Formats: sequence, structure tokens, C-alpha cells
Amino acid sequence: MFTYLIKRFILMIPILFGITFVCFIVINLAPGSPAAFQEELSPKASQEAVETLKKLYGLDRPIHERYLNWLKMIFTLDLGKSFVDGRKVEDKIKERLPITVILNLLSLLLILIVAIPIGVYSALRPGSLFDRALTFFVFTGFSVPTFWIALLAMIVFGVNLGWLPISGIQSIGAETMPFHERLVDWIKHLILPVTIMSFAGLAGMSRYTRSSMLEVLKQDYIRTARAKGVPEKFIITKHALRNALLPVVTLLGLAIPGLIGGSVIFESIFSIPGMGQLFYASAMARDYPTIMGILLIGALLTLIGNLIADIAYFIIDPRIRVKGDV
Amino acid sequence: MFKLILKRILKNKIALSGLIFIFFILFMAIFSSYVAPYDPYKINVYNVLEPPSMKHIFGTDELGRDVFSRIIYGAKVSLQVGFIAMGIAIITGTIFGLIAGYYGGLIDTIIMRFVDVMLAFPTLFLILAVVAFLEPNIYIVMIVIGLTGWMDVARLVRAEVLSLKEREFVLAARAIGASSFRIIFKHILPNAIYPVIVAATFSVGGAILIESGLSFLGLGVQPPEPSWGGILSVGKDYITVAWWLSLFPGIAIFLTVLSFNLLGEALRDAIDPKHWAED
Repeated sequence: MFTYLIKRFILMIPILFGITFVCFIVINLAPGSPAAFQEELSPKASQEAVETLKKLYGLDRPIHERYLNWLKMIFTLDLGKSFVDGRKVEDKIKERLPITVILNLLSLLLILIVAIPIGVYSALRPGSLFDRALTFFVFTGFSVPTFWIALLAMIVFGVNLGWLPISGIQSIGAETMPFHERLVDWIKHLILPVTIMSFAGLAGMSRYTRSSMLEVLKQDYIRTARAKGVPEKFIITKHALRNALLPVVTLLGLAIPGLIGGSVIFESIFSIPGMGQLFYASAMARDYPTIMGILLIGALLTLIGNLIADIAYFIIDPRIRVKGDV
Repeated sequence: MFKLILKRILKNKIALSGLIFIFFILFMAIFSSYVAPYDPYKINVYNVLEPPSMKHIFGTDELGRDVFSRIIYGAKVSLQVGFIAMGIAIITGTIFGLIAGYYGGLIDTIIMRFVDVMLAFPTLFLILAVVAFLEPNIYIVMIVIGLTGWMDVARLVRAEVLSLKEREFVLAARAIGASSFRIIFKHILPNAIYPVIVAATFSVGGAILIESGLSFLGLGVQPPEPSWGGILSVGKDYITVAWWLSLFPGIAIFLTVLSFNLLGEALRDAIDPKHWAED
């Protein structure tokens, strides 16, 4: 286990550097520099003022020097100061990050709880009505713009039926409510965003579980178990499911960047004050440090997710422990 | 091979309906100025936010423009972005995949680690960062979607090349002194092309979805130019009063993307030798 983890970490280092490099290049090769943006806002700003501004933000330095400076800052966990309000980027992200992470974890959880039983059930009855309904659902999930589903759900459940609130994460005045009321209020606000965020993932995951399960059920050891007279229930849960879930774990790790990226759209639709919303606002204001910080954090979250998936894989599957293959 | 695939597609009713719908949308996009009943830019302040009726079958928007006509014109944008972004993604991915797979060693490691890095970014964040810094317009959107969507193709092509390059016909070509360029493009690529076509079909749908999301956020196609995501974005502002603005453009996106996905799925089955025995 230990050597595996070490190996896994060492492999992450070049990727980490790659991530910082891409972050930096993306932002710095774009022509709209912050000084130019300030110029757009007040065209009368003198050349001198622009130069001062550039100096203030360190933009007068050559690009490799800026990259090294930025790297140094990152390694001291300093992401710089926002151009917009002068606050520390890490503080701005820190207050937005929890809500985004919670929303994403809840959606992941929902995807797992719903998709695995659906996938297993339809793998046990290939070609049945349920199975065909799943195929239909999968194609819908892959083809539908999720923000459109969000809009429709807002119209139906929020506007027409009035069952659920359609914006924010709590009602006005929620701070004064007793705890259980606050909890209910909070849950009500989260139902729509979490369900809809899970939509595409649900489709993919249930289809994947289904094909993985179908594959496993064809294996010899399942036939052996059946021949031994092991009850079907145990065959499915003990012998088949455990093996079928292996690739699903990896897929879960791969689903993370999509979920985090999607938070830009969902947080904007549902007015959720999370990292996605902050990113959108920063992108609109060309707030370089904040954008770079969030890009970096987003990529890091993905790496961490993949790492957790790999470790989980390692724990579930004894074979790779022997092979030591990453 | 090509005829066989075509035959299999035409036999598959679901795929065929997808293909027909794609041609239908293509037709609408090309002949939008003839098909659309109204001028999609024509503002009519006396006709604002009209619900669907015989006159305006999909209603009118906040400036009194005919939504049906705007959706027809929006098809043009979506298909352009879909096909061009796909082209960029496929070409970039194929080139990287060919190089990584053929040369192997350090070059392979560097390219594949770069793929890992690109995959670690939440795609929408990366796209948004670039689009926000440039003036958002349809060309930037196409390029950026293409340049953030090539990684899967690269992996796919690399895997194909790895299995092809040890085959006899490649070894034979090398033995008679064919150049690497010739081996890659004349001998390997043609044999790896079918999985790439499948990936291309799926990626058109994917690009259309991303474009609609960007336009919805106001960072894609800029108003007054009609786009499906753009109409939905207005729909969100008038969500309590004008449901038709939120409904119809979404159906257009859904059916178009669905058609490409169904076609891709059918193509995948058609090139899979496992299914050939059925013929």
C-alpha cells in the first residue's frame, strides 16, 4: 500500500506542474491584459498611469519571471490579491469552496445511490422493458442540455407548483430560524440543484454499471458459483457486483471535472454563492489572480478525486496490490 | 467496408431517424432565410412576449421577435460550431495520438502527460477563462471548444496506433524503406479511421451542448444574433411569464444532439466486428 501511494504521488508531480503551466499560459497569452481592461474602462488614463498599474500588478516583468514568481507564491499557499476588491484570493475561494464541494459530493452520492441499483437491475434483465427504458433515459441524459432541464424544473416545481424555491441556498431571514426549520429550508433549496446536477452523471453511471455487470455475469466464476448452488442473491451481491463496481469507481473519479465545471452554469442558474459563481464573476471582470486561483483549485480537486478513486480501486481490488501497476 | 457500414446504418431505424433529423436541421440551417416565416431580427414592440399562437407558433420574445424564426436561424450557429469544433478536436487529437503512438518513448510520455493535465481541468472553467479574456464571438467559441475536446481522440488514436504498428503490413512497409510520414498517413491512419469517425459524430453533439451553455451564460454567440442558448438565457429572465422561451430552443438542442448521439452509437455498432455475424 505504502509504495503504491508513494508511486502515485510521484506521478502526480509532473501533472501538477503541467497544470500550473497551462493555467498561467491560458491567462497570460490572452490579449486582454488587466491593464488594457482598465484602459478600456477609462480611455483617458495616461500611458504613465497604465505603466504604474502594470508595475503594481507585476505585469512589466518578462513572462518567465512572472511564472516563476507565481509558482513561488503558490508553494507558499499565496494566490495573490484580487484585482477587483484587493482581497486575498485564497480567502475569496475559501468562503465559496465549501458550498460547491458539498453540492458536488451530494450529487455524486445521489448518482451512486440511484445509478448502481438501476444499472444492476437492468443488467439482470437485458432486453426487458425496464432495460429499454434505461437505454432511452441514458440517451436523453447524454443529449439534453442540463441547464435547460434546470429551467424547465424551475418553471414546473418553482413557478407553477410553487413547491420548491428556485434561487439561493436559504430563505431570507433563515439565520433567525430554529435549527430544524433551517435544515428543512436548506434541504428544500438544495433539492433542485442537486437532482439536476446529477442528471447527466446518472445516465452515464447507470449505463456503465449495466455494461460492467453484464460483462461480469458472463465470467466463469459466476457459472461456478451457480453450479455450486450459491443463492442468486449472493452471486449478484458478493460475486458479481463487487467486481462490476471496479470500473465504476474509476469512472466516478473521471466524472469530477465535469461536475465542477458544471457548477459555473448551475450556480449561475440557481444563484448559489459558490466557486462557480465566483469564477463567472471573476472571468467577466478579468480578475486574473482569482481566475488563476480557481482554475488551479478546480484542477487540484480533480486530481484529488482521481487519487481517491485510485486508492479506493486499490482497496477493492487485491490484484493490483500484487502487480503494483498504476 | 464503407458500403457495409452504410447498409447497417440504413437498416437501423433509430439511427436512420437520427440521420434524417440531422439532414432536416441542416436543410433548415442552409435555407433559413427561405424557411423562416419572419425576419429573426425584426423588433416589434406591439408584440412583446406573445404566447404561441397560429401567427407565431413558438411565441415571441422580449423584443417581439418571432421565436420560431430565431430558432431556425439558431440552427446555423449550432451546426457551424458543432462541425468546426469537432474538426479542430479530431485533427488535433489524431495528430497527437498518431505521434505519441508511433514514436513512443519520451515523446509518447510527454504527450500523454499533457493529455492528463488537460483532462484534469474542469473543461468549462478552461473554456470560460479563455472566452472571457477574448472578445466572445462564434469563432473563438469554436476554436476553444475544439482545443479543449481533443484529448479523448488522442488516447483513442494512440491505442489504435499501438496495436497497428506491430502488424505485418506496417513492418513490411518499413522494410521496403517507406518514410515514417508515409507509414503513418498511408498505412496506419486509414486503418484507425473508423473509431475516429465514431468519436467525431459524438463530439459534434458535445460541442453543440457546450456552445449552448456558453451562449446561455452570455459568453458564446452575442445578441442580437440568434442562438439556441441565447434564447434560453432570455427565457431564464422571463421564467415566470414566458415559458415558451425556455421550452422550444431546448427541444431543438435536445433533438439535434440526440440525433448525433444515436448516429454515433449506430456507427459504433456498425464498425464493431462483434455485430457483423448478424448480417
